[in-house]
Amino acid sequence: MEQLIEQFSLGLFFWQTLLFIALVFLLWKYAWKPILNAVNDREEGIKNALAAAEDAKKEMQNVTADGEKLLQEARAEREVMLKEAREIKDKIVADARDLAQVEGDKMIKQAQATIESEKKAAVADIKNQVADLSLQIAEKVIKEQLSDDKKQIKLVDDMLGDIKLN
Amino acid sequence: MQRTYLTGFLFAVALLFHISIFAKSDESEGEKDLKTEIDEYIQHHLKDSHDFSLFSYTKENGEHVYVGFPLPVILWDEGLKVFSSSKFHHGETLAEVDGNFYKLYHSKIYRTDAQGTINYDADDHPTNVKPLDFSMTKSVVMIIITGFLMFLLFRGLARSYAKNGGIPKGVGRFFEPIVLYIRDDIAIATIGEKRYKKYMSFLLTIFFFIWFLNMFGMTPLGVNVTGNIAITSALAILTFLITNFTGTKDYWKHLFDPLGDSMPWIAKIPLYIILIPIELLGIFIKPFSLLIRLYANMQAGHIVIMSLIGLMFIFKNWIGSSLSFGLAFAISLIEILVALLQAYIFTMLSALYFGFASEEHEHAEAH
Repeated sequence: MEQLIEQFSLGLFFWQTLLFIALVFLLWKYAWKPILNAVNDREEGIKNALAAAEDAKKEMQNVTADGEKLLQEARAEREVMLKEAREIKDKIVADARDLAQVEGDKMIKQAQATIESEKKAAVADIKNQVADLSLQIAEKVIKEQLSDDKKQIKLVDDMLGDIKLN
Repeated sequence: MQRTYLTGFLFAVALLFHISIFAKSDESEGEKDLKTEIDEYIQHHLKDSHDFSLFSYTKENGEHVYVGFPLPVILWDEGLKVFSSSKFHHGETLAEVDGNFYKLYHSKIYRTDAQGTINYDADDHPTNVKPLDFSMTKSVVMIIITGFLMFLLFRGLARSYAKNGGIPKGVGRFFEPIVLYIRDDIAIATIGEKRYKKYMSFLLTIFFFIWFLNMFGMTPLGVNVTGNIAITSALAILTFLITNFTGTKDYWKHLFDPLGDSMPWIAKIPLYIILIPIELLGIFIKPFSLLIRLYANMQAGHIVIMSLIGLMFIFKNWIGSSLSFGLAFAISLIEILVALLQAYIFTMLSALYFGFASEEHEHAEAH
């Protein structure tokens, strides 16, 4: 301790205090203040830039979300439209089928009716023709038989015999 | 990386310098004399000096030659006396100024008679008149050089911001992170966002001042400025003054009424008889610890390195000498770290004390 006090030099202490205080003030004016201000400004700038970037990102997200929403709506709308179209198509097809059925049935019935009447006409015609042919055959047979007396007599006999039976 | 090379280089030069100094004395004198001389050299190196000698050697005819330059001596001895330290011839002669004779004895100036007699008291202390010595000593010169360097460096940094739109350039760029570290992790962390600004100049200046001077101590200039008790006490006293002059009402209230409203006043009296003196003593112990810590660390570092270098010449064989060289080199590397660490600790603790003093009690119950 004694040696420490021995070593203590008042002159050096005086100069050190004086020079150091001067240094603190000089550096404050010419160095620390501008440095700290510049650094502060820079940090503010970075902070602002970051905030702006964040805002832009949010904006971007909003835009994307909007787009997504629009797309979804469009998709939903398309879905609805497609569904409606399908329904309409089904209805039209079903209607057409019903109509065709009805029409077809009608036509079939008409055709059947026509066929029936045609058939009746044809049968009647055939009957007439058969009658004609029978008459002609009968005429020829009679003519043949009447050409010979014997046979005429026989025929008359047969016919008479038939009549009896009748 | 470049810096590491630079400091490495400086070391090498520093070691060489010391080696050349010891090597000269090795030739004619014996072992015991060498030890004494090394001891004296270390003692001399640790002290402040009135002239700036870079190195010295002894000629063959026994004459000491000093290479360096003298510094002005400023004395207050019944009037201001200014003369050059070359008048002392490195303590070998008396300086005669205005009819008074002054003698340099163990780096201190005493007034003597014409024969230069120094009278001693019973404890071997000189009883001669010691004039007030305001000389520009080696340490003062180094302080001025460091201050000048700091001014140039940080002025340059400050200017480069303005020039380059907020982006540092040049050497200052290396120091910007350190400035920011002191601001963010020392000042803001200990003092708080609101009040740190008024302490910034002191904290930044003291950090770089101590650091640079510590580093200068590692160079061949061999100046032991921060290991001088006058320097550390000047710095610690400034910390002390700033702490107490910026102390808030809460700080003083805490000092004289540490328990606050936690108990009735009658119960506090016996406690306070002990507590208040302790608190008051604490005000002084805090800066005192700063003063001693920096002084002792730097002083010890210098002594260890110089002793290890001195060992090289005592061993006189290549194993021992190279071993102590390696050791000296390793300790030098540690000292580089210590140089930074001590600057950091001094700044950190100062900031801590400022923080205590400027605290306004938002959290009264925390104590």
